[in-house]
Amino acid sequence: MSDLATDLNIDRSKMQVSDEVAVEITGMNKWFGAFHVLRDIDLTVYEGERIVIAGPSGSGKSTLIRCINALEEHQKGKIVVDGTVLSNDLKNIDRIRSEVGMVFQHFNLFPHLTILENCTLAPIWVRKVPRREAVETAMHFLEKVKIPEQANKYPGQLSGGQQQRVAIARSLCMKPKIMLFDEPTSALDPEMIKEVLDTMIQLAEEGMTMLCVTHEMGFARQVANRVIFMDQGQIVEQNEPEEFFNNPQSERTKLFLSQILGH
Amino acid sequence: MSEHKFVRTEMLPEQTPPVSEVGVIGWMRANLFSGWFNSILTILSLLFIYYILSGVVPWTFQSVWNAGSLDECRQIMKATWGETHGHACWAVIKDRWLQLLYGFYPPYPYAPGATVGLPPSDAWLPSYFRPNLALVLLFVALSPVLFSNVSRKLLIVSAAYPFLMPWLMWGGSLWVPVSAALGFVILFAILKYGPSVMGSLVSVIVAVLAALAWWMVLSGYVTPVLADLMPIGLPEVQSRQFGGFMLAVLLGVVAIGLSLPIGVVLALGRQSDLLIVKSLCVGFIETIRGVPLITLLFVASVLLNYFLPPGTDFDIIVRVMIMVTIFASAYNAEVVRGGLAALPKGQYEGADSLGLNYWQAQRLIIMPQALKIAIPGIVSTFIGVFKDTTLVSIIGLLDPIGLSQGIRSNAEWNGIYWELFAFIAVLFFIFCFGMSRYSMWLERKLQTGHR
Amino acid sequence: MTTYTDPPKESFRLSMLLYDTRYRSMTIQIVALMGFMLLAAWLISNTIQNLAALGKPIEFGFFTEAAGYDINQHIIEYGNQDTHLRASFVGLLNTLIVAVLGCVTATIVGVIIGVLRLSKNWLVARIMTVYVEMFRNVPLLLWILLAMAILIESLPQPSAFRGEDPAATMKLFESVAITNRGLYIPEPLFSRSLGDVHLLGQSSFRMDVSLDFLALVLVLVLSIFATRKVTARAERIQNATGLRPTTWYINLGLIVIPSTILLIALGFHLGYPELKGFNFQGGTHLRNSLTALWLALSLYTAAFVAEIVRGGILAISHGQTEAASALGIRPQRIMRLVVLPQALRVIIPPLISQYLNLTKNSSLAIAVGYMDITGTLGGITMNQTGRELECVLLLMLVYLVISLIISAVMNWYNNRVKLVER
Repeated sequence: MSDLATDLNIDRSKMQVSDEVAVEITGMNKWFGAFHVLRDIDLTVYEGERIVIAGPSGSGKSTLIRCINALEEHQKGKIVVDGTVLSNDLKNIDRIRSEVGMVFQHFNLFPHLTILENCTLAPIWVRKVPRREAVETAMHFLEKVKIPEQANKYPGQLSGGQQQRVAIARSLCMKPKIMLFDEPTSALDPEMIKEVLDTMIQLAEEGMTMLCVTHEMGFARQVANRVIFMDQGQIVEQNEPEEFFNNPQSERTKLFLSQILGH
Repeated sequence: MSEHKFVRTEMLPEQTPPVSEVGVIGWMRANLFSGWFNSILTILSLLFIYYILSGVVPWTFQSVWNAGSLDECRQIMKATWGETHGHACWAVIKDRWLQLLYGFYPPYPYAPGATVGLPPSDAWLPSYFRPNLALVLLFVALSPVLFSNVSRKLLIVSAAYPFLMPWLMWGGSLWVPVSAALGFVILFAILKYGPSVMGSLVSVIVAVLAALAWWMVLSGYVTPVLADLMPIGLPEVQSRQFGGFMLAVLLGVVAIGLSLPIGVVLALGRQSDLLIVKSLCVGFIETIRGVPLITLLFVASVLLNYFLPPGTDFDIIVRVMIMVTIFASAYNAEVVRGGLAALPKGQYEGADSLGLNYWQAQRLIIMPQALKIAIPGIVSTFIGVFKDTTLVSIIGLLDPIGLSQGIRSNAEWNGIYWELFAFIAVLFFIFCFGMSRYSMWLERKLQTGHR
Repeated sequence: MTTYTDPPKESFRLSMLLYDTRYRSMTIQIVALMGFMLLAAWLISNTIQNLAALGKPIEFGFFTEAAGYDINQHIIEYGNQDTHLRASFVGLLNTLIVAVLGCVTATIVGVIIGVLRLSKNWLVARIMTVYVEMFRNVPLLLWILLAMAILIESLPQPSAFRGEDPAATMKLFESVAITNRGLYIPEPLFSRSLGDVHLLGQSSFRMDVSLDFLALVLVLVLSIFATRKVTARAERIQNATGLRPTTWYINLGLIVIPSTILLIALGFHLGYPELKGFNFQGGTHLRNSLTALWLALSLYTAAFVAEIVRGGILAISHGQTEAASALGIRPQRIMRLVVLPQALRVIIPPLISQYLNLTKNSSLAIAVGYMDITGTLGGITMNQTGRELECVLLLMLVYLVISLIISAVMNWYNNRVKLVER
């Protein structure tokens, strides 16, 4: 059983879940061409929830969270984010995207801009924030992810872990209500995974609503309040982490857990 | 929070997507009519295609194939379709296609000077088979390089080709290329077996001297004797009779073939730490790349004989070959340099750690990989050189464009443009497009091979 | 590696020149240098002998002799009594004109085609692919000759514009005449002209520069300077308040209004070409040779530019656009803020080398009789004076200098925009 390698004292009591609905997905279906990637997805996320989505590769978990901020278009069903119905209307998409932050597997920092410029770009051009204020916010979040001293460097000069922390700070600068993480640690060397996970735990403790696609089962066990297992484009099982890991119900879940934790 | 508890007992089956997403309709919706702007673009494109095709198709296919002159062509058109415009007169191609392909290469060299007419009684096959055979053999010789799954035995053809091809093209006694090849055999034999007898440095010097002695002195006595004893040969053809696509291909092949080794040497020189060698190579490469090919062709046509010892007189085709080779080597040097630069540094270090010396490392480790990476670049250099061979028409050689001007200046075909241009363009297109597709295929194959 | 004992002192042996790493590279370099110098000496001595035998020692005196031939397209004043040097200078200017015109149009056409090749519209993308493959795989010379043939063979003769019911009419409100003798377009005229300034006295490089033109350039430069101030101000306001004021109409006004006022003050009007007798008079006459060369060079190079543009945009990973969209930035802004700044770094270096190729390819002008530097210095001047060596070497030198300047610009740009990596 892999444990979460963190020195932080995780305080689950700070992580409160409210009754307010953050994201509501009902009967969502998506096809890539003729391939049915997401099948009848129903999911309600409450504010302050930390949800980990696990599953074998190709099970549609990344596609699911990419649908939430309209990076992928869904063909059937309904997605409501923070009261806004996701439709083809650009205004709606804009509103949702400014409420939802996203962190990618490969960081996707803009290599031609400094770390600071990466963080201030969207606030200045989308939120229309004065530059001084944007810089202050950016420095605040860079301090939070513990790399304020790198602010004037370029992404190419940073290590993978540092880049991913900048990517998190960049999303936070938009002051999102919900954060999506798409395998944030899979492209990192083992010694860098910890620093990124620490940042994510810190976020959880501040009550951020989080949806994480990840293979870090230690993180799921200790931080998540709900684990969702997906296979073949559908939600197969969901439960509280303790129950999910100790007493999986479905055969597929058991198989998956034995593969990922067994050795 | 037990309300979140959920276990799926039965997996959902795969469903077919909504009709608007797949099939012809889905494809058209996604690729042609997604949004009003795209739909307008599609309609404009369709109109454009219709406009082009409605001009080109009737011109190409409602055409005259049998006529002796442009006037006759026009009469036939008038009689058939009532107007002379909008119809091609392919009769000119039918009349002159051999010339456009082979220039004035004599079809039956047994009857001197004959370019057209009936074959003499003792000729059983037009001598066009010689360039044709040279082209076929070129592919055979290249096949070990082009396709990895070809028998290694074909490398013999590759080794013999540089001697076989000139003999096929220019003719003459078989013993001339044989004795030229023998010089190389002597060179390599001494290089291979010499070091055990006299040390490596001495054997290099001896090998070069022996080969030079054979080429410059001995072969001059031996070859005629052999030619007398066994007079095997092909009728000679003069360079000035070369022309048409044959000339373009010949120039391209010779230039690339010869320029590749020179390019490799230049690239190594440019990459080396030796300052003088490096600056000489950089100077050469940048000078050649900095001037247009046409100025180098001017050098070939008016200057090259000045640079050579008094009394030397190469014919113009050979001079052009020299200059086009120099031109191509500068470009190939850059392509090979790109290949060298793309190699991971570990390869050099690996070679060094095995205790290989510089040339061994280059020959066994570095060059095979660098050249493999460089093949697409070399192919595109070849395409460029092949297209650029048309420039020789400016200095008066009879490549397809030069010939087309000649054909047009004839009384029968005076004023014919489009048919000739179309024919030449299509032939060049097939050749170049084919090669670029091949190089793309190769690039993809190499990419997967590296993974 | 640390050595604890000094290497034994060796006495110098001849073989060390080859096998000792300290001397080896020296030896090789000296041998290479000597080889090169021997080769050069051999070529030069051959040349001197050959030229001596022909009685043509190397000298450049012929440049000051009268050229004795006409150049039909010239932007500085030239007559056949001018020197060969001036003829070459006119040729050089002609090379530069067609090169600059070609680069501009090739870039415009190439960018449009490259972007359309990436279009989501399948049909449009296919048409552009056909364009690119068609132009790339057929020799440029053929395109130039084809363009020339189209101009001469398919356009109406000037006489077709005559009569009550002419077979051909002038285009664009009677201002442009497209004939098989060339393109006649309106010329800019100034009724209150400031006159010309004569530069470089009586030398072969003398030229008249129109003061009207200079004034216009000056005003435009000032206007552009002013628009940059406006943009900077907009930036300051955005930095302070977060809201960027709209500036495009101020900028447009700043560019258009001052130059319009200047043009009115100078009495600007267009001189239209008119049919007089059998030919057009007045206006600017673009010869077919220039048009054909320009057209073919631009369309041919555009195919290569299109590939470069397409490659540059494709080189920016999809993740970049996704990350920007996820931050809520709109597609147009993503293009301007994220994709273009990165794509340009990939695009511009090969683009500049295409400009270099175009300039070199403009030497094919000789095939259609456009008198560029190859046509004058390497063509008629060489044939008339018989000074092949001097002319060809000088011709190569001119092209080499142009190439070196272009490469210098490219290196400067590359160094400036290099992405900072570890």
